[in-house]
Amino acid sequence: MTEKPAETSKNVKPARVDASFKHEVMKEHDGETLMKCFQCGTCTSSCPTARFSDSYRPRTVLRMAQLGLKKKVLEGNTLWLCTACFTCTDRCPQNVEVANVLRVLRNLAVKNGMVPIIYRELASSINDTGYAYRIPELRHKKREESGLPCLPKPNVADIAKLVKKVGGSKLLNKEAT
Amino acid sequence: MAELKYAFFPGCTVPYRESSYEISARKVFTRLGVELVEMPDANCCGLPVDPADHELMLALSARNLCLAEKMNLNIITLCTGCATTLRKVNKMMKTDKMIREKVNGYLKEVGMEFKGTIEVKHLVQVLNEDVGFDKIKDTIQKPLTPLKVAEHGGCHLLRPMKIMGWDNPEDPKILKNLIELTGAKCLDYIDEPECCGYTVIAIDDNVALNLTREKLDHIREVGAEALITVCPSCHLMFDVNQSRIERIFNEKFCIPVLHYTQLLGLAMGMTPDELAFKELRVDPSRILEIVKK
Repeated sequence: MTEKPAETSKNVKPARVDASFKHEVMKEHDGETLMKCFQCGTCTSSCPTARFSDSYRPRTVLRMAQLGLKKKVLEGNTLWLCTACFTCTDRCPQNVEVANVLRVLRNLAVKNGMVPIIYRELASSINDTGYAYRIPELRHKKREESGLPCLPKPNVADIAKLVKKVGGSKLLNKEAT
Repeated sequence: MAELKYAFFPGCTVPYRESSYEISARKVFTRLGVELVEMPDANCCGLPVDPADHELMLALSARNLCLAEKMNLNIITLCTGCATTLRKVNKMMKTDKMIREKVNGYLKEVGMEFKGTIEVKHLVQVLNEDVGFDKIKDTIQKPLTPLKVAEHGGCHLLRPMKIMGWDNPEDPKILKNLIELTGAKCLDYIDEPECCGYTVIAIDDNVALNLTREKLDHIREVGAEALITVCPSCHLMFDVNQSRIERIFNEKFCIPVLHYTQLLGLAMGMTPDELAFKELRVDPSRILEIVKK
């Protein structure tokens, strides 16, 4: 469907390998299962996204992470195409927490300053309102009209405190660079 | 039977875009004698920010669990994403001391502490495990016999297995059986457990819309007259985005998408108006005709 642009000739640079990257991943909860992956490909063949994306292949991402291709793994949109359906995790014969390893990798991308704009919006909305979306006044009115009880009005001061304490402020719009 | 009472966790997507789900669910639960108690201080379950910051998800989720603990009630939620998230964090905090201590450290900042005294269930789980099929059967006044539908439970209804684990995600049966209680026939179709793609729509709408289109195609193939969902996000993809998909792919589906609670409500004898059918984007009048006959 999509036509690839012709590549212009350029000098090929060898990929930078960061041998400590896998340890960075394995330090995180569920990340430790990364090293159990023996590359059978059950994840990619089960992956809904992989069928419609040219770039996203969970097996490939895991292999690159094992090898330490940090930059290649963390940059770009590819990592963010996981739907978190957990089919890969449920089907993995090695009990690799595939979807969770991918989540660890996305978290690391954020720590390295790569945050898709949508996540800034979601986090900022939660920080300001307690909800992932800014629910317009009209919605509240409509709820009342249809006989629904008032929506929770969470203590946003407490939520903002939590966000700050956890270190989530890096996600907020106002801190965007 | 013991009195059924839950802390009602609304989440974000239901109140933001899918109030027809909440309206119909509340009516159905009232009929079944299930009491829903509001959680006035609840916040987002945390799932939307999990890909970016796992710790933040844990803290947000745990805050909600603490609120329900204070109410001494188990949580019910209509959203599969909220259900899998709250269940996961509840289980992690109950079984992993290190995580509990870390997250309790965060919660201390807002004067809360997780104790591990409650459970979290999705609506389908409550209907299956707590209300029970017999009780639901007793409330059916108007079986929807000629109607043929298909189901889409949504990934997080049953995955990851070790968190949800109350039905087989590769060959789900419980939602189908619940649908058939209404008298409607629930048809099998290709790749039933496949994802709708909702989570990646903001990153790559081509992937997301292709996934939904393919499912609609499989559903149309078996002759289903409606699709039944139990997740607000899946419903957004199939109902709200259906016309967009028809436009982009130059195809016609015209498959009405109902929340399970709307289907059940109809079978209980409630009117389409009471069940907020007018909020559906894909015109459901064709199936209402079938049911009327």
